[in-house]
Amino acid sequence: MSQADLSIQAHSIQAQVARSEATDVMTAPAFSVPAKKMAMWLFIIADTATFAGCLVAYGFIRNGTPDWPRPFHSITNVALMTFILLTSSLTMLIGVRAAQRGDKAGAFRWTMLTAVAGILFAALHIREWMGLIGEGATLFHNPWGTPLFGSAFFSITGLHLLHVTGGVIALIAVAIRYNGGRYKADDLEITGLYWHFVDMVWMFVVPMVYLLNLAH
Amino acid sequence: MATAEDHKSSGMGKDLVVYLCILALAAIQFVIAYQSISASQMFVRMLIVAIVEAALALLFFMHLKDNRGLLWFFVIFTGFVLLAMQYGWTDSFRLIDGVPWAK
Repeated sequence: MSQADLSIQAHSIQAQVARSEATDVMTAPAFSVPAKKMAMWLFIIADTATFAGCLVAYGFIRNGTPDWPRPFHSITNVALMTFILLTSSLTMLIGVRAAQRGDKAGAFRWTMLTAVAGILFAALHIREWMGLIGEGATLFHNPWGTPLFGSAFFSITGLHLLHVTGGVIALIAVAIRYNGGRYKADDLEITGLYWHFVDMVWMFVVPMVYLLNLAH
Repeated sequence: MATAEDHKSSGMGKDLVVYLCILALAAIQFVIAYQSISASQMFVRMLIVAIVEAALALLFFMHLKDNRGLLWFFVIFTGFVLLAMQYGWTDSFRLIDGVPWAK
């Protein structure tokens, strides 16, 4: 083989390697995260922006309204709701770890317990709403001053409650399918990510919407 | 030598510690709510505690500490969006103070 042929062959191999590396960059999982999990992370990032938008808008109107009401007299209900939601994150973690160990019954039990905690949280939330509605506060009316309070409170907590409700449905559906063998431990982990996100949002909603509006 | 079971049980122990820390931080937020301080001071203190809580949940419950690339991806994207939303605050203060051009 002549020197020229060898050179051409070397160039060809180099070009093949370069093409292969380029293909890897385009097709390899981003940050070594499987596609399903990455989709959930992208949803979480987008939803973080949604909640941040709501909370910043709320901060804007609360700061810009001189007679902003402070209607909450007791923190018992919201403290209980916070405890339940935070604890449900722990039960979710236990469920996912059980699934990763191959303990199907344990994973199913802990995930369903998480869903029950979610239902309890939603029930307490609705009780809180009913109390305020009973006092005359609605989405467009507020007996203590600016109607913006009702709009901000019900829309932010409502959006969060919607996420909790969706999460409970997802947890039950995924747990049943996991128990039936259609889903794997990874599917449970991905649903768990969503549940922790819902929990994380609550960490900001409580101080901004409830505690800053506590009557002294 | 540590077995896989040991790792799983220590992981569970770590989860429990993180859970208790988050619970304690949430309790601190409730304590701050009863302090005799201005609303802006209260807001800043509660926000700092909430950020620490969220960081713990992200790093340990959602396992972002194990994936630096994804962690930076999350921090940069959400950080940018959050910062971009802050442009309206001056107008919010104008509304309440009414100076110099609100009247």
